[in-house]
Amino acid sequence: MSYFKDIYKGIKTLLTGMSITGKYFLNARKGALTQEYPDNRDTLKMFDRFRGEVIMPHDENNEHRCTGCQKCEIACPNGSIEIIWDRQIDPETGKKKKMIDQHIYHLGMCTMCSLCIQACPTDAIKWGQNFENSVYDRSYLTKVLNKSGSKVKAGVED
Amino acid sequence: MIKTIHDWLFSVMPEWAASLTEMVLIAVFYLTLFAVIGLYLVLLERKVAAWFQMRKGPNRVGPWGLFQTMADALKLVTKELTGTTKADKFLYNLAPYFVIVTALVAMSVIPFTQSVQAFDINIGVFFLLAVSSIGVIGILLGGWSSNNKYSLIGAMRSGVQTISYELSVGLSLLTMVLLTGTLQLSEIIANQQEHGWLILQGHIPAIIAFMIFMIAGTAETNRAPFDLVEAESELGAGFHTEYSGMKFAYFFLAEFINMFIIASIAVTIFFGGWLSPFGITEGIIWLQPIWFTVKVVGIIFLMMWFRWTFPRLRIDQLLKLEWKYLLPLNLMNIVIMAIVIWLGWTI
Ligand code: SF4
Ligand code: SF4
Repeated sequence: MSYFKDIYKGIKTLLTGMSITGKYFLNARKGALTQEYPDNRDTLKMFDRFRGEVIMPHDENNEHRCTGCQKCEIACPNGSIEIIWDRQIDPETGKKKKMIDQHIYHLGMCTMCSLCIQACPTDAIKWGQNFENSVYDRSYLTKVLNKSGSKVKAGVED
Repeated sequence: MIKTIHDWLFSVMPEWAASLTEMVLIAVFYLTLFAVIGLYLVLLERKVAAWFQMRKGPNRVGPWGLFQTMADALKLVTKELTGTTKADKFLYNLAPYFVIVTALVAMSVIPFTQSVQAFDINIGVFFLLAVSSIGVIGILLGGWSSNNKYSLIGAMRSGVQTISYELSVGLSLLTMVLLTGTLQLSEIIANQQEHGWLILQGHIPAIIAFMIFMIAGTAETNRAPFDLVEAESELGAGFHTEYSGMKFAYFFLAEFINMFIIASIAVTIFFGGWLSPFGITEGIIWLQPIWFTVKVVGIIFLMMWFRWTFPRLRIDQLLKLEWKYLLPLNLMNIVIMAIVIWLGWTI
């Protein structure tokens, strides 16, 4: 008898599977998962979790939150980040202070591990959603994250 | 129309020339049909597969991607034919033709409409089964002569599979032949015209026979879930690993034509061939091929549904399914069918 039970069970599970794919088939026209990429370039939005490249957001006054503490440089396992800094005189207090000159990021070496972003104490760097990262020369992949003329936002260091 | 062409040919030409021209015409007709069916089944398969996976499928070449497979065929024709140096050249080149020719021969006995049937012999069903299993020789030859371990394993599996499942195909069709009492395809349809489709006539045993036929038929065509012969993930491409260009395309087309043939057999034996359901359009001759096509596409869709739902079986599961389940069930089913007919319980 268990022989017939096996057959019954087998057919039942096969039909369950077929009903699931059948449902997909009927809904395919409405909810196709395909992104026709170059055609929908203007409207395509990457999901929030996506790790495209490390960016440093600047606000409208061209100020960022990076203090030049170099924690991200130390955290990076493969040396993709280099901070070039020097001591400058703070115009407000008149004291000498560590400031970043350039935050250099080598996209070509980055493994998108996110350790630098977790290490940053002031949340100065973030994940960008740009995915069109191919270039014709490797040297284009070395980026300076802080914009020229930008300075650290007041109050971030406290 | 066919009758008028026939008469006209024999009136303008001497008899030998007329029959020769007729043969050539029929051959051209079937070859065209072969190419068109092959190409569009490939397209259908790709579209249906895409929809089953919530994708869009081919949609660039022509409206809705209608010319995609033609472009593919053109590409395959222009490609270089490569082969291995250690291959057995003669058999290697012969194998694709074996596969193609058997598919064509099998197609010749299928009644597309009341009058379009190239070859109406009194052992129709038997002939179809016999011819369609010759195709496996092509696969065995291809696998053997390529001198490649993957090809050989694929070909051997194909042999095992065809020998096993041929039994189920034959027995399930035999169950239906009990109802009609004839093997001639045109008479099987004539019987259905009178008494209704065989799947209704035979009710429960007929439905069981149909299910067994569909399972075994899918196995016969070497399609997923029975595609151990090609098993991309373990054997490269199976028996046609070493084939390229047009020779590969022959194998590829033959697979789809075989699917068409299995679907046509199912339609002819179980669903009344070119007959309309319950005879609603009995007298309209030009609707016959349309009904036939609609039913065949329905069955083919079912096979595609199988393919894109079920995972591939292992070789031991494949043999267990046949010898432990399908075959005993089939034998039981024949006895049930005989009893049903004996007691006159048919509809
Ligand atoms: S994501 Fe990882 S690899 Fe890339 S820069 Fe940050 S720490 Fe270095
Ligand atoms: S990005 Fe963050 S961790 Fe890196 S130097 Fe600037 S403040 Fe420090």
